[in-house]
This record gives sequence, C-alpha cells and structure tokens, in this order.
Amino acid sequence: MTRKFKTMDANEAVAHVAYRVNEVIAIYPITPSSTMGEWADQWASEGVPNIWGSVPHVMEMQSEGGAAGAVHGALQTGSLATTFTASQGLLLMVPNMNKIAGELTATAFHVTARTIATHALSIFGDHSDVMFCRTTGFAMLCSNSVQEAMDMALIAHSATLETRIPFLHFFDGFRTSHEVNKIELLEDDDLRALINMERVFEHRQRALSPDHPVLRGTAQNPDVFFQIRETANPFYDACPGIVQSVMDKFAQVVGRQYHLFDYSGAPDAERVIVMMGSGAEAADETVEALNAKGEKTGLLKVRLFRPFSVEHFLAALPATVKQIAVLDRTKEAGAAGDPLYLDVVNAIHEGGQRHISQEIRPLVIGGRYGLSSKEFTPAMVKAVYDNLKETAPKEHFTIGIRDNVGHTSLDYDQEFSTEPASVVRALFYGLGADGTVGANKNSIKIIGENTSNYAQGFFVYDSKKSGAVTVSHLRFGPKPIHSTYLVSKANFIACHQWIFLERYDMLSALVEGGTFLLNSPFGADEVWDHLPRTVQEQLIAKRAKFYVIDAYSVARDTGMGSRMNTILQVCFFAISKVLPREEAIEAIRESIRDTYGKKGEDIVRKNMQAVDETLAHLFTVTVPTTATSSIPMPEPFPSNAPRFEREVLGTIYGNRGDELPVSVFPVDGTFPTGTAKWEKRNLALEIPEWDTKTCIQCGKCAMVCPHSVIRIKVYDSRLLEGAPATFKTTDARDKEWLGLKYTIQVAPEDCTGCGICIDVCPAKNKGETRLKAINMAPQPPLRLSEKDNWDFFLQIPELDRRNIKVGNIRQQQVQEPLFEFSGACSGCGETPYLKLVSQLFGDRAVIANATGCSSIYGGNLPTTPWTKNAEGRGPAWSNSLFEDNAEFGLGFRLSIDKQTEFAHELLNRLAATVGEELVASILSAPQKDDSDIYEQRERVVRLKEALKDLPSLEARQLLALADMLVKKSVWIIGGDGWAYDIGYGGLDHVMASGRNVNILVLDTEVYSNTGGQSSKSTPRAAVAKFAAGGKPGPKKDLGMMAMSYGNVYVASVAMGAKDEHTLKAFLEAEAYDGPSLIIAYSHCIAHGINMTTALQDQKTMVDSGQWLLYRYHPERGMAGENPLSLDSRKPTRKVQDFLQMETRFKMLTKAKPEAAKILWKQAQQDADVRYRFYEYMASRQFEEKTPEKH
Amino acid sequence: MLDLTTQYLGITLRTPLVPSASPLSQDIDGIRRLEDAGAAAVVLYSLFEEQLNLDAQELDHSLSAGTESYAESLTFLPEMGPFRLGPEGYLNHIRKAKEAVKVPIIASLNGTTVGGWTDYAKQIQQAGADALECNIYWIVTDPELSSADVEQRYVDIVKAVKAAVTIPVAVKLSPYFSNMANMARRLDDAGADGLALFNRFYQPDIDLDELELKPNVLLSTPQALRLPLTWIGILFGRVTASLAATSGVHGPEDVVKLLMVGANVTMLCSTLLRNGINHLRYVEQGLRDWMGAHEYESVKQMQGSMSQLRCPDPGAFERAQYMKGVKGIQHVMVTGREAWRLLNGG
Repeated sequence: MTRKFKTMDANEAVAHVAYRVNEVIAIYPITPSSTMGEWADQWASEGVPNIWGSVPHVMEMQSEGGAAGAVHGALQTGSLATTFTASQGLLLMVPNMNKIAGELTATAFHVTARTIATHALSIFGDHSDVMFCRTTGFAMLCSNSVQEAMDMALIAHSATLETRIPFLHFFDGFRTSHEVNKIELLEDDDLRALINMERVFEHRQRALSPDHPVLRGTAQNPDVFFQIRETANPFYDACPGIVQSVMDKFAQVVGRQYHLFDYSGAPDAERVIVMMGSGAEAADETVEALNAKGEKTGLLKVRLFRPFSVEHFLAALPATVKQIAVLDRTKEAGAAGDPLYLDVVNAIHEGGQRHISQEIRPLVIGGRYGLSSKEFTPAMVKAVYDNLKETAPKEHFTIGIRDNVGHTSLDYDQEFSTEPASVVRALFYGLGADGTVGANKNSIKIIGENTSNYAQGFFVYDSKKSGAVTVSHLRFGPKPIHSTYLVSKANFIACHQWIFLERYDMLSALVEGGTFLLNSPFGADEVWDHLPRTVQEQLIAKRAKFYVIDAYSVARDTGMGSRMNTILQVCFFAISKVLPREEAIEAIRESIRDTYGKKGEDIVRKNMQAVDETLAHLFTVTVPTTATSSIPMPEPFPSNAPRFEREVLGTIYGNRGDELPVSVFPVDGTFPTGTAKWEKRNLALEIPEWDTKTCIQCGKCAMVCPHSVIRIKVYDSRLLEGAPATFKTTDARDKEWLGLKYTIQVAPEDCTGCGICIDVCPAKNKGETRLKAINMAPQPPLRLSEKDNWDFFLQIPELDRRNIKVGNIRQQQVQEPLFEFSGACSGCGETPYLKLVSQLFGDRAVIANATGCSSIYGGNLPTTPWTKNAEGRGPAWSNSLFEDNAEFGLGFRLSIDKQTEFAHELLNRLAATVGEELVASILSAPQKDDSDIYEQRERVVRLKEALKDLPSLEARQLLALADMLVKKSVWIIGGDGWAYDIGYGGLDHVMASGRNVNILVLDTEVYSNTGGQSSKSTPRAAVAKFAAGGKPGPKKDLGMMAMSYGNVYVASVAMGAKDEHTLKAFLEAEAYDGPSLIIAYSHCIAHGINMTTALQDQKTMVDSGQWLLYRYHPERGMAGENPLSLDSRKPTRKVQDFLQMETRFKMLTKAKPEAAKILWKQAQQDADVRYRFYEYMASRQFEEKTPEKH
Repeated sequence: MLDLTTQYLGITLRTPLVPSASPLSQDIDGIRRLEDAGAAAVVLYSLFEEQLNLDAQELDHSLSAGTESYAESLTFLPEMGPFRLGPEGYLNHIRKAKEAVKVPIIASLNGTTVGGWTDYAKQIQQAGADALECNIYWIVTDPELSSADVEQRYVDIVKAVKAAVTIPVAVKLSPYFSNMANMARRLDDAGADGLALFNRFYQPDIDLDELELKPNVLLSTPQALRLPLTWIGILFGRVTASLAATSGVHGPEDVVKLLMVGANVTMLCSTLLRNGINHLRYVEQGLRDWMGAHEYESVKQMQGSMSQLRCPDPGAFERAQYMKGVKGIQHVMVTGREAWRLLNGG
C-alpha cells in the first residue's frame, strides 16, 4: 500500500487514529491536548466517519472528571470510547481510571504529558502527570515523535482490545504534541487491519444491557475484596507479550517495527541511557554521533512503561552494559528515586534474584531532566554519558539547569552539536500578529508534501498575549528529522520585526557564513547605520549574508495590512534556496489558493499580488568591515528597578531565563507584585493624546483602559513646580475639587494602542468633530516627552481617598489602579473590571484567581500587573487550580474571619493593657467606606504601638493578627469556563455558605485562554471550538440560579453598555455582608471582533436584549421590596443587529447559512423570553401585608 | 378588456408594475407573495461585489486576529469552511426564485472591478435570471476624476457586461450627469436594453446629540416622482432602450403619469415597504379604474403620450417646470431641448 506523507503535529496525528477507531468521544479543553478534541469535534461536525462508516458522537463535558465519567459509562454500555487530556485534567480522571481498569475495560486515553502545578502552574511538558497514573492499573505506552504518536495511538487501541487492559498513551506536551513533522499517514485499511473485530464483539457482549442484565460496580467487604482484586493478575501478566505481538502485527502491516523496549547504539555498549519520551530522539541522535567517534554508548527507549516487563527489559539491554543512567522527566520530591529509575533498579535487582539475567549487574544511577519542557539537547546527553565514565558518577543528578544549591546538576558543553550539515536550520523571530508562524507552517507543508525532503517545525511562544514574540525553529533535510530540541546553530535567521533587534540576541545562533534577513523600514543603503552595535559586530564576525525587505510597505501596498506572512515566506525561499526559486514560488502560489481559497477570491488575489511585489523589494546589503554603530542593546529592566526584579525577572524578560541558577529563586513560588511596570514594551504605534480643552473630565477613558495606561490625578497646583514643558494640566471641573488641577496622563511605553479609550470618549471637538478629548497620535515622536511627563505624573501624590466620592465615575476614576500594564490581549474586555476592583478595594483585597486568561496575564512570569500603592498595600493574589477556585477563596474568607475573630477575642482579653477606649473603638468601627477604613488603620497603628513591647504570648499573638482588624475584601475571580462548568459545584457551595465573598465572573462566553472552546455560557448560535456547527442550546442563566438562594447578591453587568451600573454593582456587591456574584460581560478576541470598538458591541448586545443588566439585592428583599431590579431597558434593537457585529455568529451564516437562519431565529426567541421573564419578575410589587380586621 | 401588458427589456410583462430591488425579495416567500399580489416581474436585491470583498476581508482578519501568539490559544475559532463568500448565496437565490415563481426574475448587480462585473453577470445568467440590472451605485468623490472619465466608465461597464451575457441588460443610474440625455444616448449606444431611472444615493443625516453622521435611509416620497417623470418624458423616443421609472411611484396616478411620459415599467419599493405587498393589488386596481374611467384601452396607448415628443407643448415640458420652480427670477438659459438639438446637430 502506498501511504501519503503529510506534515502535521502529534495532536492531529493521534486524533486522526483515535477518531477513526471510536464511537463515543468525551472531550474537555486543557493545554496542550485541546487540539485533539477540537479535531474530533470538527470532523464530527463535518460528518467524517470512523472506520466503520459511522460518525462518532463527540461530547464536551464540564470537566475532565466528567469526560472520564462519560467515557466510563459509554464503555460500560458497549461503545468504543476515548478521551484526550493532560496535567490536572488527567488527575481529575484518575478515580474513573481506577474503575475502568478494575473492570478490565478496553479503552485508550491519549495524553499530552504536561507538568502538574506545584509551586507554579506550567502548561509545558514533562511526565509528572502520567506518573501520577502508575497506580490506576492502566497500561502506559509512550511515543517519542510525531510519527510514533500516530503509530502508538493505533497500537494502544489495538492492544487494549486484545488485553482488556485500558491504555494511557502519552507523548510529550508541546515538544511532540505541537511539533510539525513530515509523517507517513496511516490509512483506514491499516486501522482495520489492527482492530480485531472479534475483540470488539466481545467488548459489546460485556456491555450492560437489560437484555442480558448483570451487576457491575458492587461494594465489597474485607472478606473478598483482596482476592477479587488479584483476579486481574493474569491479564497484566499476559499484557506485555500481547502488546509485543500487536507491535509485530503493526510492523507486518505498516512496516515500522517497535518493541516494548527499543535498543539503539553499539551492540557492545558499556554505557546505556534508559528513558522515554521525546528526549529519547535527541539521545538517539547523540548516541549515533558519539559512536561514530568510537565511543560505545547505547540507548534503551521504554515504550511500554506499564505493565513493566522485567524480562523484556533485561532482554533488550546489551550484555556488555556496565553503567546505566536512567533519565526521568519528572520529580517525586522525597522519593528514593524518580519512578523510571526505581523501576530499572528493581528490574536489575529482580533480574539477578530471579536468575533471569545474572550477568547483567550494572551500576544504575538516576537523573532528572526536562521539567516543564526545559530543553534537552545532545550536549546534555553527552554530559550524561560522560558522567557515566567517571569512577564515581554523580547520582540523582539533574541535567539542563545550574543547581548551585543542591549541586545536583551536571555541567555540559553548550557548543557540542550533532546537527548534520545536510540539514538546513532556520530561525524566525516574529510577532504573533504578523503571520510568521503561519508562514512557517506553510513552508514546512510545501517542502514536506511537495518534495522528497523532510521538514520539522517547532514554535516557541511568549508569555504575553499582546505584542507577543514568536520564535520559529525550522529544519529541512533529506532524512527524517529527529532533533527534538531547539535550533541553536542556524544557517538562516530572519527578524520579522525591527524592534526585536534591540530586544533579543538573535545572531549568536547564526553559523559562520549564514544568512540574516531583516524586515526593515530602512533600505539596503541606509539600514547599516540603524543597527545596534552588537548586531553589526556579529554580522561582520560571522561573515553573514545580509538581506533586507520592507515587508511593512509591501504588505500595506498590497492590502495585506499587518500580515506579512506571504511576503516573508517568499523571501525565505528566494534566499535560502532550499527549493529552486521558481518551483518554490509556484508552490507558494498553490498553497495560497489552498489556504485562502475558502476565504474568498479577493484574499487570494491580495496574497498573489504580495508574492509578485516581494522579490522587487528584496535587497542584498553589503556588510562593511567595521562596526560603526553606537546604538547599545538596552538592559531588559531599567537600573532603578529593585535588584531581584532587575537580575532575575529582567533576565527572564530578556529571554535568558535558562541561564539563571537555582539559588536566585524563591523556594516556595512567592514573587513580588508591582513588576509589570518595569517591562517597557513599547508596543503601540499610536498612543492616546489628551486635549485639555475638549475634555469634560468624565473619567470614562481611564475606566475602560484595559492596560491601566490612562491615569487621572487631581492635585494642588503647587505640585506642578518643575513640571516638564509638555506636561498637560487643566483646572478640575468637579465642584468639589474647585481650585485643584486635573491631569490625564498616558503611560506611553506601556500602552498597547488598542484605541478603546478613543471609542468611548463622549466629548467631541466642536471645531473638528472627528477629534475627541483624547485622540490617537504616533507614539515615536511622543515617546520621550511623554515618558518624562509620565515620570513627573507618577511622583505627584495620589488624592486622599477620603476626598473621592466613589459612587460616580468622574471622581472614582481618580483612584489609583493597583492593576497595571497586563500582558492581556490589546483591548481586553476583562481587565477593566479587575482594575476597577483594584481601585475600589485593592488596598485591602485578597484575590483567589481561577486558572485561565486572568491567571496568565495576572501571574505568568516574569512579571505581574498586580501592584502596590505608596503605603505598600495592594491586592494579595494567588491561583490554586482551575476547578477549585471558589473553594480556595472561601478558604481565604474562613481563615480571615477566624483570625479576625481571634483578634477580637484577644483585644477583649488585653483591653485593660492596651486601653479600653481604643479596643472599643476598634471593635465598633463601621469600616463601610474609605474614611472608616482610614480611621481603623490609624487605630491599628496605635494598637500595634501599644503591643510592640508587651512580652505576653497573647500580646504577641494580637500583634501578629492586628492587621486582620482592618476589613479585608475577598475576591474570587475567574472566567465562565470555571464558573459555569468545571468550578460550578464549588461555586454553588460557596454561594450557599452565606459567607462574605465577592465572586467576579469574567464572562467571555468561551474558554478564552485555551483558544475559545464552548462553555455552558456560550450563547445559542455562537460558533466556538467544540461547537463548530454553532451552539445549538441556550446560555445557562447562572444569575438566575444564584438568585434562587435568596441571600446571594447577584448582578449582571456590561461596562460598555452602562458603566455607572457596573460601578454601582461592584460597590453594592462588596458592601453586602454575604456572598455576591457579579457576572461581568467581557468582550474577547475569541469573538472575532474589532477590539477597538468592542464596547459598541456590548451596547448593542444590551440594547437588543442579548445581555441583561440587573441587580438582585437580598437586602431589598429583607426590606420588603422586590429584590430584583432590571436595569436594562426594553430591547430597542434586534438580536441579529448584535450577531452581525461578531464573527463568532456571522461566520455560521457564511459556512452553514441554513443552520444559521434557524439558530439566529432561536437566539431572538431566547432573548425575547428572557427579557419578558425578568421584566415580569422585576415588576412584581411586594405589597406589605395589612393586618386583618377583626 | 383592458390591456395592461407592456414590454420591458424585450420581455412582455402582464402589467407595468414591477417591485424594484428591496428587502422584500430577500427571501423566496417574499418573492412568492409579490407574484401573488400581481408583480409583473421582480427585481432582486443587489449583489454588491465590494460587500463580498469586505466580508471576505473581515472574516480573514477576524479568523487570524490574535492567533499564533500565545501557546495555549493558537487560534480562537474553529476551522470551518469553505465559506460561502462568493456570489453562491445570491445565485442560489436566483435559482430558487426561478423555481418558485413564473414571473421574470431580474437580478441586480453592483461591481467594483471589470472582472467582477463580467464574471458575476455570467454567473447570474447561468443561474437563470431573465434579465440583469446593472446597479451602478457609484458616488464619485475624487476631485481628480473628470466627468468624462466617469461617463466612460459607465459606458465601458455596459459594453463589458453586454459582451459577457445574452440576457437583456438594464442600467440603473443616477441623475447626476452634466447632460443626462447624452449619457442616456451613450448607454443606449453601448447596448443597454433598458435604463432604470434613477438610483437614490445614500445621504447621511447628522445626529446633533452625538455630533455624528447617521445612516438614514429615507423611503421615497411621491414628490420624488418628478425626476424620473421629467427625464423619461425627455428620453422617450430618443433612445431605443426601454425605460423604467424607479423613484416616487406610490399610487395608481403616479403609474399613469409615468406611463404617459413613456415609462415601460414603473418600479415600486418604498410604498410596498410602507404599505405592505398587497398595496400592489391596490395600485393595479387603481390603474385599471383610472384607465376605465378615462376610456383608455391599453397601457401601450398611454405610453409616451405625454412625452416631450408627443405632448402639446414640448418647450413648456422643460422650461415651464424650471420657471415655476424659480418664480420671479429671470434667467436666460439654454433649454434642455435646445441643448439636445445643439449636441445632436438637429
């Protein structure tokens, strides 16, 4: 059979198999496995059949626990079922996995192995999640590459049917799951050949059916449980042999032979590494290189990790082995060794004891590598082999880091490389938005699918969502590419954004005589003088071939906007000569037709035009012999940043975090706040400029600014002394601030240029109505002067919070934000709500943040936007997990309440000592507004003063708890994926608790952080991942559910529709002494909208009744009034007016117009019914009962 | 027996009452109802090439915005497609309309490129449209563009479309030409089978609270009748293309007037949107009543009877109207009729 070669990543490769050999697929998004579920959902919506000609049922669940439960149920009733997951998601599946295995049920789960959150969350790859499953009874099969992932997926599904033992098939998150490689595609006939239908019939026969009923899932007692548990042993004993026979059959059918343990290297090797996962590919490459130089090294790749077959393991080792290093990609703190190491030690030990292999008695040492996708390179592999050469090799070592605390790490020679000359290696630095990654994926496809060459692509992304740098690592060569590590020596380096020249050391990776392509606004004749000196020096030293293209202009002139993908792709092929130029250009044209054809002829035409224009704008630059530039490479963080921020966080920001040793880090994952301000990212091409004369001082621009870069201060005119010449000020208009000055200042280097402030500004310049009170102006000419103005502005003291009326926005927005410069998407709809919380309550807030967008832009290293005020107070923030956030936050409340209560008790006990009057005033303080809080803080200062020298234990305890006497505001924050789905059970319980917590749901109506999967908040008719055909059901009414408790304050808000309503709801929620739930509509880039005008979408959404504004206040109910206040007016527009504004709805009309028509009609009905229902409820009069007359 | 039949674009129609392009023809049910109410033909809403391109660009932008930036969310919307971003929806609409009704279906097209005009015209013909109306909705604002260039573009479009299709082609155009009569003649020469007079261009309003321009589509008033009435009256007999009146047709008397100046068909839009589709029945009955009361036998008998060529006082047809409009002001000017003569050497 001739099979096709395709380029794809492992997620697609695995889904390709899993989808075709299953009938029920339960899915839930979690990085990096989400793509497998997305493929399954998409194929099902397109009607793609499985190998039996039937379309599988794909069901999104509310959590991974739910997915595992659904799979368990589907299996028990006779279907072939599967799921995909990773990390915490896999942990949530563990209880069901024990059940599924205990019941000897055939299934395969596909897992992109990912780090489990410990001191920090990490989305990247290691084996800590799969190692958690060692006790579940699942067989565990590992694949090391994209091709293997596809192959092993099939072997897992085949073997599980043959053995009745469920399989966990895993491959490394990102390194394998997201690596694009050229692979041979398994055909449906291959799949049919490996799936034994007799076993499928047996599986069906075991199903629960009322036609042949059985009881399964009993409760058992001490008398028999143990014996019954042992009945499964024969199945596990037989499993390895059966898996090997499946592998043999696979080899017969497909041609690739696998073994339970695959050995490669010298047949007489003395030093052997045992490992599994993608790192084994790098090790394999190293073994070949080392042995070519006369060394005798070997590598044993573990494929079937569970059940671990000692016999097969020992048989696979060369008899000559003297030293073994077992590499684990996980850490079990406190264990005698990491898990694979312990298995190997045991195997060697048992081998001797059981006389399986007396002669094999090597030294076994263990080492740890690659946690959280830490690079694992041939240089590191060599260091491991070198360590084995030592007379006393370092045991329990680490490789890939510098551990100067525990001294576990091995040194390695970073220059050691095994990259063959026949492989072309290229690095591309681009911005997320410029299309660099897309172009590179396309190039891989062109080379991989149109030529006999092999291609590999791996893409490294930023920790920011806006202005993110992407680095593409590409390899092309005549043989399959197994280099599972980043390109460190490149023949070709392209810099697609000029600004990166100052930020990243790109050229150190360039080989001598290599090529550098720069996207430059300066032409070939003038570019040299604009380069930083280091870049000039490197170009000269490496005798580089240097090219420039002004892709910005070509893109603009051909109508491509900011997307330069096609242009830079043409440049790459034109210069690199990996293909004959004409052939490459034709292939690009063909791929443009393929890629963009479905998006319309006009898009194709523009791309074609860009191809034509590119070559005319690509120029060679003659590299001079001497460096002339005086432009330095700036330090990542400024010199006035604190040392830790500068030396540690700044190094991470500068892309050199790999170089930091263990000793510089905190031991428990605790980091300072207020650090985002050091990153001056200069992302905006244009920034807002304030017009003092037009401004009406309404505060709206500051309120909506997603990045807190528009600030307002009201201050005494004397503070203007020494102001820079261009510093703008005017008289404060508010009558309570008469005589004071007023300034709106923009942080020029932190602004992302989203323009949402301009859109919201209600003040028009009367002479020129296109202008408002705040207008976009080019950033570069303003950068320096505005930077001075910003610095001056910062040193002006904040207005005393007691002089700010928080009930109206024009005053409230003078409050200092304690959330600034987040790396959220430019124009984010969530962050203005967080900033509002930080302004109103930040100096006494503790925040529990569910995993999601807000935990990423809130807490992804290197920096955090959560910050402190001049007194050092600010929000204390923590992220526990995704699913437990409500409970986590309730824990805060319980803890704070307990400590406050104890402090009160201690106060009473110590009243005589510290002063009755002080104690009484502290205990009776109302603490309702900022003045009250201020006074209470003053009292606590006096209390601490009185306590500080008292020796008694009680006094010391009270001193430690004194700050708890100032009211704390507990905020539980997360997205709709958390609140509506995975965390709903906990949320419900916390609301039921009656405790004083404030729950803020940033409702984007999709799982934004994982790429826009449908949640139960997704409205009907919206297209989302996992709802590729348009969501057929309505949005869950979380607010209504919460109201049913009666004692929960509930508000539904949309800042863009009615900002005063939002402010009121936040104030009421916090003031209410009980649970509060604010459901805050948050526009999102996942909606496919114009982010600049997103607030108009919100307004239309409310005007059409698609979103309601309301407040349910239990205190009104207690006062005998109707607690529900519907704050939206009767809809004045049709729902379709809103749907038309957003691609998430509109795309369905372009792809499936008939379905769209039905769903849009239903969406209108949903809105009509909802409004009428709320209107009915809110308009009920709660009449007071009049006493009956006698 | 009254004969209401008329010829438009070489097609015999039962009456001269044709609903022009409007939302009423956006669904098949609406088209059926128009036929039931007596529409002699239906002009479909326009296919705008520019809109198709904008939709495609917007979709491409939205699907790629923010992608490939952050490792967890490399895309935000599912891969879908192929998207129906071309004219397929419109072409299907023509096909379905043809299946649903017996009356002629006149498609309407607004192109932005020569390729767009001709390609879409061909596809519209293939989809089964009985005729094509080229809706040249072009508001020229470029001060560098001369009127001669603008006029030539109109002519080029008509020639190109005529070369591309065999079905009859009408041109819907605006009155804003230095010499409308000359323009009509040139389009006639270029092969236009009909002229639809006139397009009403979008004219924004100002929202004084927001200081913003507001889109404000005004339905036509009966006064709008005067413009097509004037020009159809002038053009009747001077061009071979058939003439459609498209503004201000509200009641039976409007229809009578337009027929009398020479309209082959009268197109109704605003009045149907305002009064409902069944208003067509009222207009037809009114036309019949008027003709009966005034002893007219056929529409043909009326057509052109009050045109400039056939009316008792052709000079008054032009000047009298103008002079009434500027009563009390004395102008010495060349009348339209004189200009026509000068231009055509007659």
